[in-house]
Amino acid sequence: MRTSPDFIRQLPTTGAIHRTLWQRLHIDPVLLLLLCALAGYGLFVLYSAADDHLIAMEKQGGFFVLGVCVMIAVAQINQSTLRLVAPVLYGLGVLLVIAVALFGEISMGARRWLDIPGLPRFQPSEMLKIGLPVMLATYFHERSTPPRFKHVFWSLVMIMVPVTLIVRQPDLGTGLLVLSSGLMVLFMAGIHWGYIAAAIAVAAAAAPVMWFFVMHDYQHKRVLMLFDPESDKLGAGWNIIQSQTAIGSGGWAGKGWQQGTQSQLNFLPESHTDFIIAVLSEELGYRGVLVLLCIYLLIVARGLWISWHAQETFGRLLGSTISITFFLYAFVNMGMVSGILPVVGVPLPLVSQGGTAIVILMIGFGLLMSISTEKKRPVY
Amino acid sequence: MAHHPSHYSSTLLSHNTNSERRVFARRLMISGVVVVVLSLTLLIRYYLLQIVRNEHFSTQSDANRIHTMAIPPARGVIQDLEGTVLAQSKPSFTLEIIKERVQDIDYTLRELQNILQLDDSELDRFRDRLKRRQRPYEGVMLRGNLDDEQIALIAVNRYRLPGVEVTAKLVRDYPFGELFAHSIGYVGRISEKEMQKIEDAGETDNYYGVFSMGKVGIEKSYEKKLLGTPGAQNVETDVRGRILRTLDRKDPVRGATLTLYLNVRMQQAAVEALAGRRGAVVAIDVNTGGVVTAVSTPSFDPNLFVAGISGKDYGALRDSPDLPLLNRIIAGEYPPGSTIKPQLVLAGLDGGFITPEYQIYDPGFFQLPGQTRKFRDWKKGGHGSGINAHLAIAQSCDIYFYQLAHRMGIDRMHDFLAPFGLGQLTGVDLSGERKGVLPSREWKRKRFKQAWYPGDSINAGIGQGYHLATPMQLAAATATLARRGIRIQPHLVKAIDGMDIAPAYDTPILLRNPRHWDTAIGGMHEVTQGPRGTAKKVFADAPYTVAGKTGTAQVVGIAQNEKYDAAKLAERQRDHGLFVAFAPVDKPQIAIAVIVENGNSGSGAAAPVARQVLDAWLLGHSPVPTAIQKPIALEAASHGAEE
Repeated sequence: MRTSPDFIRQLPTTGAIHRTLWQRLHIDPVLLLLLCALAGYGLFVLYSAADDHLIAMEKQGGFFVLGVCVMIAVAQINQSTLRLVAPVLYGLGVLLVIAVALFGEISMGARRWLDIPGLPRFQPSEMLKIGLPVMLATYFHERSTPPRFKHVFWSLVMIMVPVTLIVRQPDLGTGLLVLSSGLMVLFMAGIHWGYIAAAIAVAAAAAPVMWFFVMHDYQHKRVLMLFDPESDKLGAGWNIIQSQTAIGSGGWAGKGWQQGTQSQLNFLPESHTDFIIAVLSEELGYRGVLVLLCIYLLIVARGLWISWHAQETFGRLLGSTISITFFLYAFVNMGMVSGILPVVGVPLPLVSQGGTAIVILMIGFGLLMSISTEKKRPVY
Repeated sequence: MAHHPSHYSSTLLSHNTNSERRVFARRLMISGVVVVVLSLTLLIRYYLLQIVRNEHFSTQSDANRIHTMAIPPARGVIQDLEGTVLAQSKPSFTLEIIKERVQDIDYTLRELQNILQLDDSELDRFRDRLKRRQRPYEGVMLRGNLDDEQIALIAVNRYRLPGVEVTAKLVRDYPFGELFAHSIGYVGRISEKEMQKIEDAGETDNYYGVFSMGKVGIEKSYEKKLLGTPGAQNVETDVRGRILRTLDRKDPVRGATLTLYLNVRMQQAAVEALAGRRGAVVAIDVNTGGVVTAVSTPSFDPNLFVAGISGKDYGALRDSPDLPLLNRIIAGEYPPGSTIKPQLVLAGLDGGFITPEYQIYDPGFFQLPGQTRKFRDWKKGGHGSGINAHLAIAQSCDIYFYQLAHRMGIDRMHDFLAPFGLGQLTGVDLSGERKGVLPSREWKRKRFKQAWYPGDSINAGIGQGYHLATPMQLAAATATLARRGIRIQPHLVKAIDGMDIAPAYDTPILLRNPRHWDTAIGGMHEVTQGPRGTAKKVFADAPYTVAGKTGTAQVVGIAQNEKYDAAKLAERQRDHGLFVAFAPVDKPQIAIAVIVENGNSGSGAAAPVARQVLDAWLLGHSPVPTAIQKPIALEAASHGAEE
């Protein structure tokens, strides 16, 4: 065992000596507690936001319990095992995304869903939210960091293949999230600032091209609505006007649980899914938003703390990426509903109604727990 | 630090160097900073929305859910002197069609026709109404007064008939129909032009939720009193506009109740007395100026106008030669004929042109000095000798008045008659009043750009020629006679919400010698009771005293040497019969003016009508009790009255 004077090593070392029950179960109790708090808070809001209150709450609660089980199961997976299956996971994800492009089911004007007999209908793009960072973390785990040009190149290929396919479904929102999770791994791996500067330059140059050749009309509209929602009050601007009205009318203390007129009288669309933060803001007020943001930040902080103490590159890259990405979901959702980002279909993590999202997120937290409780490996 | 033996050994932390850790630590730190910055962005954004602009968004959110709905006020009731309701707003279930919501109007109407057994003419009328412009999403009434069964039938079928609505509305109702059409008038849908006027006057709030307004008659002249004040309620609606609950409510204030001097009994007496002939009866309570009878025949059913009259019905009324829409009471202009002779006698006496004792000889005609044209007396051969002022009125001696007019000249006649209200609006509280004509040199120059000829004065001396007066003017002038110069503006409304309206007095007429009133009134008394009075037959058995004056107004000019022959003239060219009177002579209560168009003569046609109405007022005689008068037949033939 390698000893290090580095203070960073102190805590895990201590932990390694006195392994607790939690550690043996591969569960991080702090993270679990925070997740339960978030889920409980979310269910409380969902009860008010959904039309069928109790039913929606029970269903969502069920998914959360399922998610916790999945999380604990994932937490048991050995990191080296994970690295072994990473290419398989990633490859399967890419294949499925290709399959979607070829045989996918069209729903609401986009080809996103895959219907495989015997399995529930699902979006393979969701799988890549986990699969891509795991793949990249594995890739860099086995190479020296900061990455060399060659590795940066191949990792970009690994990122851009699925992202391009997802964006063309079209699902710009998920595509961008998958892209950012991939780039996050690169960033955490210590990619040279020169690359980052170059990437920003390329993105700036590519923006007009994207606007005119890649983005669809409805996507244009969503971006334009950001600047002037009043221009199409009853159409594309409706959602954003109503959500801002809901948020703004909440004030400091809110209108009271189940008392939000915007949401209860159905002025607010998608109030139980993507726009649930507007319900929370309207009914629980600014202080309710502060509480939510605190829980999110605590979860992210815990995630980063775990990554900080991770023993291997893999764990560090994956853990930090999962944590930051989780925060990004929350940020993008809260930003789009409040009108500082264009409306892309990103749910509020662990609060918006939707089982798939919960399970995917909980898989991510399972990986975090696996990282946090990983046994120190002897150095031969 | 150990070397990593292999790149591919996953078990070896080969490149887990301190420098790598430092890079990661820095990146982690940067990420943490980014997370904090983004979180602050969100906090600021939500702070701006929720705290800084909270008021703005609260208002907007309330505007989303809270909608103000008008509660129209109930229009004021109009009742007669005895409290009988003449006009009221009745709740009624109305079938309306909202054009904008209907998918297939023909289908909808076909279905409704089957469900409600509507007849084709009803549908045609509705289609007429549908074509008219109106505010968007305003219902067009298809049928009012739905009964429970019809409401149920519509309710069952409503799901397949979008745009078909049953609404409870207050609908104006005139229980006596035509009896008061020309006095009370009617309400109708507010037109675009009227809406504009209301907006220009800044009275939009007063008409919040109100869709009809007074169009003519008392309904129009007392519109502001009758309207009331609209109420409003704030309701909470969901995004589909469904009303969930009422948040607050301001009750409307109903319009004022108007009590009229008119009354059903007198109106019916007058209509009965006119017996289907075209004409008008106006009776005024001389002590108050209150109009107790105001009848113009033929009439129409004002209820037709409330929902919007069909083009066909309106056309029939408009084009009828009997002019049922003409309000003869205030807009029917007739030559007053001999009915103004008492006033002319007063003019002569007051101006010193005659004395009560002054007598003339009537050879049956009058000639201006140096002219051959003969102005004839109505009585062939004339009235003979010894005609003084009394007899001139009693027998309606034209020659006496030809001479008088010749001596006075038109300007003196005009100046004396003007204070009696001739040639000017009486100021009665009805809209659409006409002024008539009280001729003068000045008037003729303006009107015809012609000089005044001496012959014009002669004609004017018997109320012919250019003279025109409305029944209301004649009744008011007669009331002024009865009150010996005291002038009260005639008015129909006695009280508003039980508070009596004080009569409006005009400048009284003061004679140099008040005893001259006795001369004129004595002459009028003799009309009804003198041995040779023109209306003595009609009032022979009257248990009260009457001062009256007959009049016959030429409809067509008669050539110089032609004798007037009623039988030969087409019915429409016969003379109008007029009669004015007040009673009792000593303590006058009521003044009356009657016109029977083409009635041939005042004594034969008009005086009997006046007798019946005076009986009703002074004796309380009701006409044979009838239900509400059936429509006065538009085609009613004139009863030629003979003297």
